[in-house]
Order: sequence, then C-alpha cells, then structure tokens
Amino acid sequence: MKTKIREILKTTGKLPGDVAALADDADLYNAGLTSFGTVELMMALEEAFDVEFPDTMMNRRNFASIAAIANAIQAIQSENV
Amino acid sequence: MTSLARLADAGFVTEAPTPAARAEAERAMIAKARRIAKIAAEHAADVDARSRFPQEAFDALKQERLLGIMVPAVQGGEEASLSTIAEICTALAQACASTGMIYAMHQIKASSLVVHCGDDPWHAGFMTRIAREQLLLASATTEGGGVGGDLRSSICGVIRDGDDFTLEKEGCLISYGAQADAILITSRRTPEAPPSDQVMSVLTKDQYRLERSHVWNTMGMRGTCSDNFSFAGRAPARQIIPTPFAEIAAQSMLPHAHLLWASVWYGIAAEAVARAEGFVRGEARKKPGSTPPGALRLAELLVRLQQFKGLIIAGLDRYERVRGDADELSSMGFVVAMNSIKVAASESVGEIVSQAFLICGIQGYRNDSPASLARLMRDALSAPIMINNDRILGNTSNLLAVYKHDPSLSR
Repeated sequence: MKTKIREILKTTGKLPGDVAALADDADLYNAGLTSFGTVELMMALEEAFDVEFPDTMMNRRNFASIAAIANAIQAIQSENV
Repeated sequence: MTSLARLADAGFVTEAPTPAARAEAERAMIAKARRIAKIAAEHAADVDARSRFPQEAFDALKQERLLGIMVPAVQGGEEASLSTIAEICTALAQACASTGMIYAMHQIKASSLVVHCGDDPWHAGFMTRIAREQLLLASATTEGGGVGGDLRSSICGVIRDGDDFTLEKEGCLISYGAQADAILITSRRTPEAPPSDQVMSVLTKDQYRLERSHVWNTMGMRGTCSDNFSFAGRAPARQIIPTPFAEIAAQSMLPHAHLLWASVWYGIAAEAVARAEGFVRGEARKKPGSTPPGALRLAELLVRLQQFKGLIIAGLDRYERVRGDADELSSMGFVVAMNSIKVAASESVGEIVSQAFLICGIQGYRNDSPASLARLMRDALSAPIMINNDRILGNTSNLLAVYKHDPSLSR
C-alpha cells in the first residue's frame, strides 16, 4: 500500500522534492505539501483505493506522512468489511 | 510533603481556582470592560472624526489590566476563556467599533503565543511581561509587492546574523503599529525559502523601526490607525516562534480571528438595534395606545440579531470543546465552520444596520441624532472585506472536491 501511496505522491500533491527520498514517516507538510495539495492527494487516494474519507478523518494528522495515510486507509477499509 | 505542596506552602504555587471562583473572576472582567466601554463611547465620535487611536479606552484597559487576560495563570495572566474575551470585544464595540477591533486584534496575537509557545522559554517569559506590563500587541502579516492580504505568503525572509536575526518588510499594513508595544511579524523562514514556508517572530518596540508609507484614511473603522509601514528590525533569534506559521495560522489564528471579529461585528449590530429600539420607544410614547409603524421592522430585526448571536455562541462553544484536540482543530470540517462564521457574521452586521435605517428613518441618517446609524454603517461595511469574503469562500471552495459536511447538530 505504501508503494502505491508513494506512486500517487509522485504525480499529485505538488511536492517540490524527490518523493523516493522521503521516509515512510517523513512529515509531508515539511516536505511542502500545501492544503490545496492535500485536497488533490485525497482525491487521488479515494480513487485509487476506492474509499471515501469521512469528515472526521479529514485532518492534518491523517495526511502527515506516507505511514499515516496508509493507517487511515486501512482504518476505513476495515470498517467497510 | 510533595515538592508541589512545599512550593504551594511557600507561596510559589497557588491552588487552581474553583469553577465558581473562575466564573466570578470572568464576570468581574466583563464588568470592568462595560465600565471602560463608557469611556470609549465618550470619545468614539472624536476617534472617528480625527481617525485617531482610542487612547483613553486603551489607557483604561491597561489600568484595569484587561490586556493580559488570555495569558495562562502560570505566566501570571488570568487565563480567561475565549467566551469572556469575546464578550469584552462585543461590549467595547457597542461603544466604539475601532476600540473593540483593536482589542480583538491584540487578543488574536496573544493567542499565537498562548496556544503555541507555553513551553518555549523566551516566549513564556514574554507572556509574563504581557501580563505584568499590559503590553499591546500588533500584527504585521501583510506585505507589499503583490502579496497583499494573503497572510500565508511572504516575500521577505529572516536573515540570521550570529545569535541575532534581522528582518525588513516593505509596505505592510500594521493596525495601531505606531501605538503597539510589540509586533508579531511573519516572513519566510530564510530569504531562500518558498513563500509559504513562514515563521512568526516577536519584536518589541525597542527592536524595530517603522517608517510610515501610507496613512489610514478610510470610510470606517477609522480609529484602528491601520497605516502602512516599512518595518526594519533586529532581535535575538530565540524570539522567532519555533512552531511554523502554517500551523499557527490554521490552528489558533483561524478560530480566534473569526470568532473575535464576529464578536466585534455583533457589538456593532447590537448597538444599531439598541438605537432602533430607543427610536421605537420614543415613537410609542408620542402616541400612547398605538404601536409605532417601525415596531414590526424592529421585531424582525430582533430575529436577525438572535440568529447572529446563535452563530457566534455555537462557534465559541465548538472551539472551547475542541481547543486541546489538534486533530479536530486541523480538520476540514472545523476550517469550513470557522470560515462560514466569518462570512455569515460579516454579512449580518451590514444587513442589520441597513434594516435599522428603515426603522430610524431620517433620525438614523443624521450624524447628530441619538438614533444616528451613520458611523455604525461605515464601520459595518469593513466586515466583508476584512479578509475579503470572496477569498474565504474561495478557500472553502478549494476543499469541495473531497469535503463532505457533517450533518449532525451537535458537532
């Protein structure tokens, strides 16, 4: 899942640096993720993983790193089964 | 004996006040503000006519020690709730909107320190000074050169020089800049950093020079003295707030600014309604036994005022409930709620004052009658453009590709 998230980050979110160089727990906001970039990223993630982020999960922490995004998606997927 | 109890015994730590004592203390602060509002009312016409700083009201606010009330008890402040501070903004704005708005802007700056800097030695010490010396804080978040009112973008950057830093910012609008004791100023983290990678620094008035480039001569809110300045300062680097400005803007400035501005605007609306009520009561006494024609409009106006009040109370309540919850404060739902409060409140104030004109008629239109609404209307018209509503709606609209609102009543 993290590989797929990393792939998505390469094309959406407008990160200025090299996505491959980011650790799983690296802070994406420090890496240049803006609030507008977050929206683009959320759209791409919803599409790629066939999930919908509920209002309660749309906060800074759930999109702060590749690992945080993976956790958030897993949480939604486990609720859906 | 525990170490804390020993300290308490020696008088270094006072026991936390009971909820009843706290409520009593907050009521006392509001009572003081209402007394100061009378002073502000006396000078409001002159402040407006001469576009001058409401010095008398601020001398009284310092004297009565209402400038440091947001500061936590551990730094020597009163740790007042946001609801109390909002009530003070409303009380002052009823008398003089500029006084209320300056007080609100000062407290919004205080919130950046109170929310983000409790663990930082220099800033904690500075908060102690705010409480002890009743310092007035101003803000320099705008900039010339095309940045304008976009507070999340800077051209200038902090330049490190040994243990110090220097900062020069051109053409920034600083409300009451000439009267402030300290300025909280934004800039890029370094001159080479991207425009949105910002820090906020605190400089005291002995650490900067201001050169006025444009004088504030506006339709309303004339006492805020929001002149444009070129700022040049030098201070120890530890005065740069460690928390990135992106986080300060999103987590504390957003709710504090929108809720306190809305409280100021509510004060203007409440005063317009009070003047309309006075007018209708006067009419009723002229013709006992019949209801004056304006009374129906006034009944309608009270509905609008009640709506406005409910909007702010619900916003304050939501903030007080989640103030320690970083996830909720950074959530899209919270951002949309605060943005919506700003837009609704800024539209309401103008609408309410306009409707009051229909009640007061020519007496409202006059500059010299007790029912005059002229200054209130001019002050109210600043609300939709104080961070333009179109910019705010634009920010919300950027979220709508993914955002789903929470349909519950209580969240």
